[in-house]
Amino acid sequence: MNATRRRVVITGIGVVAPGSMGREGFWDMLTAGRTATRRITFFDPSRFRSQVAAEVDFDGRAQGLTAHEVFRNDRFVQMAMVAADEAVADSGLAFGTGDAPDPDRVGVTLGSAVGATMRLEQEYVAVSDAGTHWLVDPRYASQFLHQALVPSCGATELAVRFGAHGPATVVSTGCTSGIDAVGYGSQLIEDGDADVVISGASDAPISPISMACFDTIRATTGNNADPEHAAKPFDARRDGFVMGEGSAVLVLEELEHARRRGAEVYCEISGYANRCNAFHMTGLRPDGVEMAEAIRLALDQGRIDADEVGYVNAHGSGTKQNDRHETAAVKRSLGPTAQRISMSSIKSMVGHSLGAIGSIEIAATALAVQRGVVPPTANYEVPDPECDLDYVPNTAREQKVDVALSVGSGFGGFQSAIVLAHPSRRTP
Amino acid sequence: MTGLLVTGIGVVAPTGVGVEAHWSSLVRGEPAIGPIEGFDPARYGVTLAGQVRDFDPEAHVAPQLKVQTDRWTWMSLAAATLAAQDAGYEAPEDAYATSVFLAAGSGGNEFSQHEIQGLWAKGPKSVGAYQSIAWFYAASTGQISIRDSYKGPSGVVVSEGAGGLDSIGWARRVVRRGTPAVLVGGTEAGVTPYGLLCQVTSGRLSTATAPEDAYKPFDRRANGHVVGEGGAILLLEEPGAARARGARQVWGEVAGYGATHDAHHHEAPAPDATQYARAIRLSLADAGLTPDDVDLVVADGAGVPELDALELAAIGDVFGGRTTPVPVTAPSSWSGRLMAGGSALNVATALLAMRDGIMPGTAHLDDPVEAPGVDLVQHSRAQRVETVVVLARGYGGFNSSLVLRPHREGTS
Repeated sequence: MNATRRRVVITGIGVVAPGSMGREGFWDMLTAGRTATRRITFFDPSRFRSQVAAEVDFDGRAQGLTAHEVFRNDRFVQMAMVAADEAVADSGLAFGTGDAPDPDRVGVTLGSAVGATMRLEQEYVAVSDAGTHWLVDPRYASQFLHQALVPSCGATELAVRFGAHGPATVVSTGCTSGIDAVGYGSQLIEDGDADVVISGASDAPISPISMACFDTIRATTGNNADPEHAAKPFDARRDGFVMGEGSAVLVLEELEHARRRGAEVYCEISGYANRCNAFHMTGLRPDGVEMAEAIRLALDQGRIDADEVGYVNAHGSGTKQNDRHETAAVKRSLGPTAQRISMSSIKSMVGHSLGAIGSIEIAATALAVQRGVVPPTANYEVPDPECDLDYVPNTAREQKVDVALSVGSGFGGFQSAIVLAHPSRRTP
Repeated sequence: MTGLLVTGIGVVAPTGVGVEAHWSSLVRGEPAIGPIEGFDPARYGVTLAGQVRDFDPEAHVAPQLKVQTDRWTWMSLAAATLAAQDAGYEAPEDAYATSVFLAAGSGGNEFSQHEIQGLWAKGPKSVGAYQSIAWFYAASTGQISIRDSYKGPSGVVVSEGAGGLDSIGWARRVVRRGTPAVLVGGTEAGVTPYGLLCQVTSGRLSTATAPEDAYKPFDRRANGHVVGEGGAILLLEEPGAARARGARQVWGEVAGYGATHDAHHHEAPAPDATQYARAIRLSLADAGLTPDDVDLVVADGAGVPELDALELAAIGDVFGGRTTPVPVTAPSSWSGRLMAGGSALNVATALLAMRDGIMPGTAHLDDPVEAPGVDLVQHSRAQRVETVVVLARGYGGFNSSLVLRPHREGTS
């Protein structure tokens, strides 16, 4: 990258997360080490192996959406709209006024792993009469099924909401969608195709079909007896992830654009990279080579040395293989620095919301950088010899963080890493 | 901007499996749309689709992989192989040097319907181990990467019908950041009982029962579109890398790209073509070309009168100042609209038109609408085709435009 590289900063954050309300509720919850995992209430989970999830007590109408918006959109879109409203308000960008940014220069990138899966399933129950008919009956179909089938409707709703005429798309790379959507959004700004990008991710997968498909491969926890402590990333007792849902949306902005309007900056996005393991759709080799490669490249892009990293927001899903794989990847990429960093998984508190979690974790990481507090890994009691880093057990930690990493790993073999730097970090 | 080279094309489409089968079908004007096979669509009020009738998954996909995947992934795996074969591309020693950036619209329709059916009819234990990896939108990208050992950065875009072009737009950013070869494009397989029902609710499908009455973009009797399945995957390479490995052919160069969004309404198009025209202008400016340089526009061709009129308005807005009307064709009319796969297939078609100097016609364009400044191509004809603009739109207001031109040594 040359000296004229356009730099990207985060100037707004909006969050819809389990167990909390909005960005500040989310942050309070994380720093208190409180968990939002509970026995599933959306449907009767008694016939399922995993009966625990991190659900959002979400009411679109109460959050400002119109009845039409709620009626036509799946939950994942509704949550993205609410998160985007909060992010845009937070950024101070005055959409809809004379001071609005040039609408042709505003883009949208929204990540989602499984899109409108909840609505598609509910509608299928109606049109097939609960799985009785393969040839479904159109008389029982809602008129908004095309939008449910094709999740790009989420990007459309956000573009329409803010009058954003720049490039818009949904990014759907499974469980790294949330990092990749933000990475792609920053590339749009770096490459000069937008000055502002409304960027984040959303997923609402707590439905019978999603729970069933993770049940059969035993990716989710079987710890139904103690839902509040079911997610145990990096702990020797971990036995799978806890399904979650939610959304985080960020306002990404070109640095000079933000400076000119005197915007408050959370942090800079200094680097982003992803790699594939080309190994297995769900399996991970324990060595973490490809994730380490993604981390190294993301740091290279920001011309950041490994020893500057102070915090790693882990994928930390709480499956046996993931946490081992990730620990190895961090050691491999950061070298001796890995022994000094703080590394935590907020999935211990808010569960694993598939594609959305990548953006929710970037939001948490940006807040950690801005506020000098690192969120903990909850439910961490029994160390695992294969996971031997400092996982910030159970209690948040005051720590000035100049550079933080947020990493993700997903079905399909995708490995993504993004680097956030404090605005005061001196660039070499 | 680095001019990216297209060095390989793989087609799995209603018009044919393989690039030459597709092209000869188009040039000869053989409609690939017909009565829906595989299930009875009587209740939908829609009877036609573009299905890939001569696709034998066993010939392209290993048995253990076939059982884990949906038909859309079989087609992606096949198209990726055909593209690599066409390019003479073998994965280089550096596994990180090849990427997969596909567009998806609807995921694993038939597979997923089957599993949800079982779940609700029989219970959670009837859901198989492969549902979690077969239906999601990244399934084909992940499976290609694993089968072919491609470890470069990967991505999946969803922007409905514009996706095929947008996957190329993202791939260019990846190449700028150092990855020399990227597979792009995509396939769809949504002509299934539930997949078709979902698409019917867009309200944009023709209910005609005879192919000649159904999907007729730019015709006065246009009354909607016909859906289809399949698509195309293309190999893009950075020129230096293509040269270094001795690439045996270059189909053309991706010279420019632009994308905008109407941001008008969740389903209705903007009342004017401002943003669509802006996408075209952005792509031309990106390529350093003017409207006069363009020999052919491969249109989105929605087949819905209002959408056709908007597209002609956008084209007229950009190209209206030329001394000669710009030729415009809508080859999707032969295959049906393949959502994300369709715009990828149109890129393949444009490159074939450039190779042979033939403009493919638009199916059933018997009575063209008034289109000032536009030369609607009714029938295939031989004419110079060097620079082509490919257009695509996605439901909800996505507008994308791609500029292709011939590759000349030393120009990029």
